[in-house]
Amino acid sequence: MTVLVIAEQVDGVFRKVTFEALTAARTLGSEVHALVLGSGIEAAAAELGAYGAAKILVADDDALADYTVDAYTNVAADIIGQVNPAAVIIGATTQGKEFSARLSARLDAPMASDCIAVKLEGDQVVASRSMYGGKIIADVVLTGTPAVVSLRPNTFTAEQAPSDGAVEKVAAKIGDARTRVKGKQLESGKIDLTEAEIVVSGGRGMGGEDFSSIEALADALGAAVGASRSAVDEGWRPASDQVGQTGKTVSPNLYIACGISGAIQHLAGMSSSKVIVAINKDPEAPIFSKADYGIVGDLFEVVPAVTEEIKKNL
Amino acid sequence: MEILVLLKQVPATESMIAIAGDGVSIKTDGLKYVINPYDEIAVEEALKIREDQGGAVTVVTVGPAKATEAMRTAMAMGADKGILIDPGDTVCDGLSVAKILAAAVKEMPCDLIVAGHRAVDDDNFQVGPAVAELLGLPNISMVVKEEISDGKISWTCTVEGGTTEVEAPLPALISTQRGLNEPRYASLPGIMKAKKKPLETKSLADIGLDADSVAAKVVVKGLRVPAERQGGRLIEGDSVQTKVAELVKLLKEEAKVI
Ligand SMILES: Cc1cc2nc3c(=O)[nH]c(=O)nc-3n(C[C@H](O)[C@H](O)[C@H](O)COP(=O)(O)OP(=O)(O)OC[C@H]3O[C@@H](n4cnc5c(N)ncnc54)[C@H](O)[C@@H]3O)c2cc1C
Ligand SMILES: Nc1ncnc2c1ncn2[C@@H]1O[C@H](COP(=O)(O)O)[C@@H](O)[C@H]1O
Repeated sequence: MTVLVIAEQVDGVFRKVTFEALTAARTLGSEVHALVLGSGIEAAAAELGAYGAAKILVADDDALADYTVDAYTNVAADIIGQVNPAAVIIGATTQGKEFSARLSARLDAPMASDCIAVKLEGDQVVASRSMYGGKIIADVVLTGTPAVVSLRPNTFTAEQAPSDGAVEKVAAKIGDARTRVKGKQLESGKIDLTEAEIVVSGGRGMGGEDFSSIEALADALGAAVGASRSAVDEGWRPASDQVGQTGKTVSPNLYIACGISGAIQHLAGMSSSKVIVAINKDPEAPIFSKADYGIVGDLFEVVPAVTEEIKKNL
Repeated sequence: MEILVLLKQVPATESMIAIAGDGVSIKTDGLKYVINPYDEIAVEEALKIREDQGGAVTVVTVGPAKATEAMRTAMAMGADKGILIDPGDTVCDGLSVAKILAAAVKEMPCDLIVAGHRAVDDDNFQVGPAVAELLGLPNISMVVKEEISDGKISWTCTVEGGTTEVEAPLPALISTQRGLNEPRYASLPGIMKAKKKPLETKSLADIGLDADSVAAKVVVKGLRVPAERQGGRLIEGDSVQTKVAELVKLLKEEAKVI
């Protein structure tokens, strides 16, 4: 069976989750195809062969330079109609979640978003996904084709499996597309929260908008900076930094919570992290019961000391 | 400006969620229900647009009769009227709900639809874009700022690593994100007034659908509770220095994450 992975790239650089999705797709299908949409991306697309894409379909068009959900849905739906895959896999980024939702409605196909596991049972795709802010995991069967599945970043391991990966240009039927991107403000070089291997977060314990100690630690580790809702509500950090049930869900290898008490809504966004470290001055703080390692102490002393120690050890 | 808000009633985020005897649903007794937090932001944004541009705000919900509590709360905040579509025993997935909502609003006057970007119970991230697709409307998600003029809407939305500004002609659908606004509280006079506002309940048949036409394609096989994290290891030491040195050593040698 054929599985189609829809790649996500920014300026010809693929998101890590695209490689993770290609790896997961290999466990489902005998034939993995990749689809890349964008403008001037043909050369970059060849890279996907390293992760086992037997065919790399490239829809290259000026009108696809920026992602807009209507143009991308039109083009992808047309190509899916031709490839006729049993499953379509997308990275569950902000863009990927929206894209897969619109695509599944277009195709009248079953969809499961932000999945943490996916497998084949007979000829049906079975996916596992968290619900109720991670309090429940649901195993769901997607009946009908193609099964549209988005995968949570940082959850599947990307493994190379070189294949010929022939790049094939396909027609981009843009059709009726009414949304237009007027501008973008992207911080280049900034590590995205949901894809970061390490996240350092600050909460109300930071006491103000000066997050420099957290940023220094994040710099030393090559980590992204997150925040609790309290820190966002205080106006210390932008809403896009918020981790939790009404913010982002992150599953890094290492999550360091500084001055965060560990409310259930915060845990909802980070409890699938592989290792959790808590730094808090209150030994009774609930975060310690979830943390693999905890240090009781004043974060203004502990965090800079950790930064120094890490610099020494690199 | 005719504004529709897609509103879902969900268990409060602090709820303890337990799996019911059938293994595929949750125990609902004793749960406290609220408006989905993002839909509360949607109601607030709709009210702001109405205050600015005139018109009416209608909340549309797919759910059981109990969901009217959430709709009344939205009306107490200021929404003008509500329509509940009660699918009865029909088991719905995200796409089923989108089909029901699309059929219900298709005949209604509408310049703008406001939804949340996800419901915090099923976490599907699906219904908003799916409704827009079924109605043939442009949509955009994770909106943190919007501006309407000359029959066009401009949005700023958050994406990985920053924000983008997008524009589309009305009618359109937007999905809210935190940061768009701070929802107002329902006032006491608001609560009194809400009781008298029109709230209509419809069945699937009333909107020209039947159970087959919206049958769920995603079937829950089973629910489980994730393994509890075994935390609680505090690092001891005489000084901050020794504790920190021990932590970094453990992260390197035991956890192997740095
Ligand atoms: C509908 C709803 C949705 C929500 N969604 C989210 C969400 O998505 N994300 C989220 O995070 N929250 C969310 N919340 C809020 C959540 O309930 C908590 O209020 C919030 O997480 C608390 O943030 P905090 O831990 O930073 O602050 P607090 O609970 O105030 O904790 C601050 C901690 O800092 C410690 N501290 C203080 N000073 C120092 C110091 N000098 N050194 C070390 N430690 C120190 C204190 O001991 C304390 O434990 C939501 C709530 C609701 C009702
Ligand atoms: N049953 C429902 N009734 C009305 N609106 C809904 C319903 N389910 C979802 N929505 C809307 O769609 C958004 C996304 O929900 P979901 O796709 O379920 O995560 C919600 O924030 C609501 O605005």
